Amino acid sequence: MKVYASILKLRVLIGMQYRSAALAGVATQFFWGFISIMVFQAFYEHSSITPPISLQELITYIWLQQAFLAFIMLWFRDNELFDLITSGNIAYELCRPTDLYGFWYAKLLAQRLSSALLRFYPILLVAFFLPKPYNMTLPPDVTTFILFVITLLLGLLLLVAISMFLYISVFVTLSPMGSLLIFGVLGEFFAGLIIPIPLMPLWLQKIAYVLPFRWTADFPFRVYSGHIAQSDALIGVFIQLGYLLGLLWLGKLAFNSVLKRVVVQGG
Amino acid sequence: MIKLEGITKSFKVAKRSTGLRQATKALFYREHTIVEALKDITFSIEPGEIVGYIGPNGAGKSTTIKIMSGILVPDGGNCSIMGYTPWKNRVDYVKNIGVVFGQRSQLWWDVPVIDSFELLKDIYNVPEQEYKTTLNLLIETLELKEIMNSPVRQLSLGQRMRCEIAASLIHNPQILFLDEPTIGLDAVSKIAVRQFIKTINQEKGVTVLLTTHDMNDIEALANRVILIGKGSLLYDGKIEELKKRFGSHKTITVDYRKNINSIDIPGTSIIHWSPEHAVLSIDTEKILTSEVITELSQKVDLLDVTIESQPIEDVIIQLYKEFQI
Repeated sequence: MKVYASILKLRVLIGMQYRSAALAGVATQFFWGFISIMVFQAFYEHSSITPPISLQELITYIWLQQAFLAFIMLWFRDNELFDLITSGNIAYELCRPTDLYGFWYAKLLAQRLSSALLRFYPILLVAFFLPKPYNMTLPPDVTTFILFVITLLLGLLLLVAISMFLYISVFVTLSPMGSLLIFGVLGEFFAGLIIPIPLMPLWLQKIAYVLPFRWTADFPFRVYSGHIAQSDALIGVFIQLGYLLGLLWLGKLAFNSVLKRVVVQGG
Repeated sequence: MIKLEGITKSFKVAKRSTGLRQATKALFYREHTIVEALKDITFSIEPGEIVGYIGPNGAGKSTTIKIMSGILVPDGGNCSIMGYTPWKNRVDYVKNIGVVFGQRSQLWWDVPVIDSFELLKDIYNVPEQEYKTTLNLLIETLELKEIMNSPVRQLSLGQRMRCEIAASLIHNPQILFLDEPTIGLDAVSKIAVRQFIKTINQEKGVTVLLTTHDMNDIEALANRVILIGKGSLLYDGKIEELKKRFGSHKTITVDYRKNINSIDIPGTSIIHWSPEHAVLSIDTEKILTSEVITELSQKVDLLDVTIESQPIEDVIIQLYKEFQI
């Protein structure tokens, strides 16, 4: 456990060095947030039917999405790990007395945590004080908020487990671009990051509900706004846990099988 | 301590010739050649030894190191290091070894060196007190004091390499594998690294296996060399033996007052001759150096004499030639 804590510490230290990157990130997220909100606002104004999610819920959804970008985006990657694989520096990682899956999982988790720690609070803080209707609202009650925190963190663990497959695939393809594109586009779409899932056509919603991606973003954000009832949220927590355990098990299996075949080339 | 028996390893290498046509063809069908990187490698190393592992480029040195550090699984043969089979008991085994791959880096690029060390301390679960003692020793002997707090990306190659070596020793391993630790270093850094390897070997009894292309490293450090070429073990023994076997030649350079008679001494051959200057090669098995000088002084009016042993580099070149590798 100590190892994981110290990776986290080191990661936060590295993250702190890039203050301007964090600032630029915050600015970009605001830009994106406003654009998305305005687009949806235009749609909502001219809609003849009652949308399945209210505009206020949607706006909260979008601000949460922007604030916790590092928790939910599959393209948010650790180039260092890709470099380790493609350059052969993984030789050193293999000489460490640790379980490599756990080690890398911790690295990825730490990277996302450190990145989010620097970015989420300024975005949320400003979003609360924006003029209506662009502002973010508080969750309906304390229980909802606690459920949100639990589901968000479980979602993060789940996302890291999913992203491990990305790194595993690079052992086979040796180029991160292809995997990143496929994982990124499909994963983010089905996580509801491009169109919130309630706004998707019904047949697409059915697909999204089966896949694990929505449990990383769509689910916690809708728990926050109260769009998902507390009782449903509780069931959802167990589904998240189920997915998490399953994916961790699968990932470890796949990881160990690629490691057996890995050949570090060159002198 | 280290025992390798009949280790073999081959790689499947895809090959194609140059050109667009060949590249298109390779999309559908690829020819593979099997490269035998290691053929029946057997040797053993006792605790406390420093062994130089030498051979030309592509001989299989790094492959052997990778197998011994548990990164590669050989196709056949046994390897037992401190009772472990490296690729089978990886996690338990690697606690006991330190590895430096001269061409790779294990330090975190963006943070000061000391942060990488702290992380390694936690990875290897080194007790605080032990860590402090080791770190102080490393800082002192490798002269790291000034660079400990600089980010790795700002270090020069030599500084980085010293840090890499230190990083591999944080957990006090009993065995150290060095794969080209002096690659790209200047003379001063090389000497510092050599001195350091000697120190940890003598003071802590660390067993060292090092590969290098710099024969001075080998001469300064190793009593024993293992020579490998094209995947086969060619020589395993003392470096002096090697020199005796292949380096029984000395070179003598003489300057003298103008003398047009050529100097012909049995047991020597003339490499270069002019009326005032000559370079002779002496076969010390046939004639003693002192005898050559005596004969020379009778034949010419000597001004200056320089005697050089055959440099170890030449011995190695001769050796490679002899084994046709």
